[in-house]
Amino acid sequence: MTNNILEKLDAVAEARKAMLPKGLEAFGMPVDEIYSATEARKGDKRILFFGTNNYLGLTFDERCLKAAHEALDHEGTGTTGSRMANGNYNGHRALEEEFARFYECQSAIVFSTGYQANLGAISGLVGAGDVLLIDADSHASIYDGCTLSGADIVRFKHNDPEHLEKRLQRLGDRAANTLIIIEGIYSMLGDQAPLKEIVEIKNRYGCLLLVDEAHSIGVLGEKGRGLVEEAGVMDQVDFVTGTFSKSLGSIGGYCVSNHPQLEQLRYVSRPYIFTASPSPAIIASTRVALKLLEEGTHLRKNLWRNVHQLYDCMQGLGYELGPNPGPVIAGVVESPAHAFDLWSKLLNEGIYVNLILPPAAPDNKALVRVSVSAAHTPADMDRICEAFTRLSQAG
Amino acid sequence: MTNHQEEVLQQLCNHITENLGFGGDLQVDESLVEQLALDSVKVLNLIMEVEDEFDVTIPINALADINTPRQLAIIISDLQG
Repeated sequence: MTNNILEKLDAVAEARKAMLPKGLEAFGMPVDEIYSATEARKGDKRILFFGTNNYLGLTFDERCLKAAHEALDHEGTGTTGSRMANGNYNGHRALEEEFARFYECQSAIVFSTGYQANLGAISGLVGAGDVLLIDADSHASIYDGCTLSGADIVRFKHNDPEHLEKRLQRLGDRAANTLIIIEGIYSMLGDQAPLKEIVEIKNRYGCLLLVDEAHSIGVLGEKGRGLVEEAGVMDQVDFVTGTFSKSLGSIGGYCVSNHPQLEQLRYVSRPYIFTASPSPAIIASTRVALKLLEEGTHLRKNLWRNVHQLYDCMQGLGYELGPNPGPVIAGVVESPAHAFDLWSKLLNEGIYVNLILPPAAPDNKALVRVSVSAAHTPADMDRICEAFTRLSQAG
Repeated sequence: MTNHQEEVLQQLCNHITENLGFGGDLQVDESLVEQLALDSVKVLNLIMEVEDEFDVTIPINALADINTPRQLAIIISDLQG
């Protein structure tokens, strides 16, 4: 007798089989050895990574490694407990103080992953009877945090302030119970939110605004604080969340705010309470990375030089790209089959990028998504540009 | 169904047929997702369009209770008061 629960998973296996040719692992590709922030080995092939979120290339920075090694030796491999119990070390509290200072905010809370930062912040801030107005292209962690909260979830068209305002008008008095959620840079097409316009609307309607800077911390703003800094509206955004797993090169997440009530999330946010706190080595490397990020004008300069080179190259080759150059550069490809073909040919050339298929990609199309790093050398950039050019010419 | 609910259902069916390029005969008591071959994102986008068409707020949490065009029409009608 077949079990219905397991049958649903069999359907997933069938769908995967139909979508992807056998023998090539586009999702969860095994990496056999990692050499640096940008290079790895797969089988007998040396691979150049253009599909990580290692925007500042800090994963192998000697200062981060040294801090992590020392913490590992002195504090052990893990905390084995929640921040609410035994897992609240000096390092966790120091990192929170450093995040608060970095954003010039009153409070900061560190979470164990970036996913949990959104889950924990959103579900801790709002509840039944409240309204969440979210950009339609929000990351899964935002959708999941919204679902966990029990609040009414309403979507507005991606990056469309007018559409957002129309929804606020309909909500009437409920605007006072509304939290708007957007992202600094969106992960699929790498485009930026129209933050100034959205801040103006949220101020007019008296709601709160949360900006997820997962892809923009370290990338935008003079000190790398993200779109809130670049747009000059840091003091008008209520909550900023983000991750350590991109520009900071480790794993974890944060939420900062000038609202003193943020501190109370420690007592109501289930994703904060019911999980082990980040390991000491992670905290130690992140503390150093945050300092390097803040001082990293030269890293941002390298990153943006690389971004512009690749964006211009792909645009010149006729790729449909997102509207803003950024560390995520996604080429829209007509069909999943074409995208898979391009993805596997790039891998064959020793270049790993991300393959994005529907429904994650818009309008039944597919994306070949490239992530650029400050650690990519001019030779690396020439190599990927030449590969795209060659494959383009080959048709 | 009340007269208002019937009117909403008719308008909803017209909207779906015209805007989603649905060429068949939409069955009001059969699954929307299956008839229109919608994936999860398309369902959410349809709800967003319907909100604007009927000037109502439909939280996506309500989707668990919506399977057919008739169920969606009843919810829209209730929201319109």
